[in-house]
Amino acid sequence: MPSAPEPRYLPCGDTALAVEFGDRVDERLSGLVLALARRLDAAPIPGVIETVPTFRSLMVHYDPLRLSHAELKRQLAPLLDGLEVAASVGRRWRIPACYDESLGLDLADVAQRLGLEVEEVIARHSGTEQHVYMMGFLPGLPYLGGLPPEFELPRRENPRIKVPPGAVAVAMAMTVIYTMECPGGWHILARTPAPLWDMRRNPPALLAAGDKVTFEPVSLSRYEALLAKAAAGELHLVPDPAATRGAGA
Amino acid sequence: MTAHLRVLAPGLMTTVQDLGRPGWQHLGVPVSGALDPVSLRAANRLAGNAPGMGALEIAYHGPTLRVEAESVRIAVAGGPAPIEILPAENGGSGWRLAMFESARLRRGQVVRIGALTGSAVLYLAVEGGFAVAPVLGSQSTLTRAAIGGFEGRALRAGDALPLRQQAAAERDEVMMPAPNLRPPARVRVVLGPQDDHFTEAGLRALLASTYTVSRASDRMGMRLDGPPLEHSGKGNNIVSDGIATGAIQVPGNGLPIVLLADRQTTGGYPKVATVISADVPVLGRMTPGSKVAFAAVGIEAAETAARQLASDIEAMAARIAPVRREPAVDAEKLLGENLISGTVDAREGGSSGA
Repeated sequence: MPSAPEPRYLPCGDTALAVEFGDRVDERLSGLVLALARRLDAAPIPGVIETVPTFRSLMVHYDPLRLSHAELKRQLAPLLDGLEVAASVGRRWRIPACYDESLGLDLADVAQRLGLEVEEVIARHSGTEQHVYMMGFLPGLPYLGGLPPEFELPRRENPRIKVPPGAVAVAMAMTVIYTMECPGGWHILARTPAPLWDMRRNPPALLAAGDKVTFEPVSLSRYEALLAKAAAGELHLVPDPAATRGAGA
Repeated sequence: MTAHLRVLAPGLMTTVQDLGRPGWQHLGVPVSGALDPVSLRAANRLAGNAPGMGALEIAYHGPTLRVEAESVRIAVAGGPAPIEILPAENGGSGWRLAMFESARLRRGQVVRIGALTGSAVLYLAVEGGFAVAPVLGSQSTLTRAAIGGFEGRALRAGDALPLRQQAAAERDEVMMPAPNLRPPARVRVVLGPQDDHFTEAGLRALLASTYTVSRASDRMGMRLDGPPLEHSGKGNNIVSDGIATGAIQVPGNGLPIVLLADRQTTGGYPKVATVISADVPVLGRMTPGSKVAFAAVGIEAAETAARQLASDIEAMAARIAPVRREPAVDAEKLLGENLISGTVDAREGGSSGA
């Protein structure tokens, strides 16, 4: 595995520093970001408040009264030395998703844009293991990448005012899962009953950057049954133990 | 019997806020917290609390709250607004409480805060704090995700906001000189992280223009009207990355948005510059229609400013002193509790010029 290219340090005022490994959505860059996050977790720098992994950079938030920009860069340098993409840092999940057209509001439209049958869109979307690049936009909302290139769609021209919670939506060859009702411009293919954000749980977010997700198509009646379980706090998804590698490493 | 403040009128946007919810951004949870942490700290210090305790953040127009506890000590800090203390139904006369001064209110008394002038927000702290459970380590309200504060939302009429203390401690009231909360001539920024997504003309527009705070601003972001910033050939979209408080993102229309307390954790618009931490509270206080101009500084200057603000906040706390009373009032006070309404009437005269 080749070691990391020299990252760029992007100043974000006096309270944050972005350590940027590249400018693409790329699983290798994501691997470097996650590897640096793990090194910082294992050997915290006093004054660093938290880190946020994103597609191609690690955002380091810090307290300027305890740590200067120059000192932070000095202390990051040895952590970047010999940084390598970890084989797999995350957990593997199978997330139930109902692709019924009453819930997959844009399924027909996406099928038409792709020149495919609806069934084929479902097969390709659910047949791909996707990588959680980052969490953002809303609490517990994952950005998943790794879809086949035909899913490289622009966002909708007219964003919806209200996207329902659990909506599984695609754009730019990525998938997001909305965790609460909000405006959104991505194309909705399905709904999941899985509680991706549940304050009864610690941590409330089901997923984390570095995890792998495969969607498992379920029928409308199965979706409704699972949704009722989730509402009662009784739908406990667990990652696939056999396939989850390196989570404790 | 539980102690609480009854919301008779909620004000325009009244939420519980503390210093925010750091530590959860990697799961997409915004930091939130007070728009003006300087005034939040002042209100808490005056009420006898740790400076970062949750208090009511009151935006634009204040609430009317009735004391449903044996007594409660309050203090209000931030942009000036009229604070009336109305008597309990069984009599006594009303009076006006000065900003930056603590007061003990008794059961049935009502505090009514009017329209703010000169700042978007002020803070009402109660001694001992509000009995709302911390969510992920913070009492701050994030209405977008319905977490924190009182039921994850702004106050509504009829709410009973629970207090941690049944009664105020027996002690003298305190005050501090009002700190200077006026905005500086220019808000300081550090260029980046994506200043390379803008042309020379675009950067010049940011640093040489005066912008106007738009009505479409909220706790998440302050939208600015004025000359648009020209994006360079690198365009107006980036692969999403992290966002710092004070980041100035510039979407396709070229108009800057300064991201504030409830900012999203990540975003896909280029960020031309970042407001330095010492000046973020300045923006938190700005009202729609205010003018704002920016000046670029280096990171070391930003770090010096952060230390200066921290030392100013300490100095502010060191200036807290007992409320000066007329000798006649002190004499009356010695006579006993039943003269309390006389005492407060005298104080009204003392505060009216403040």
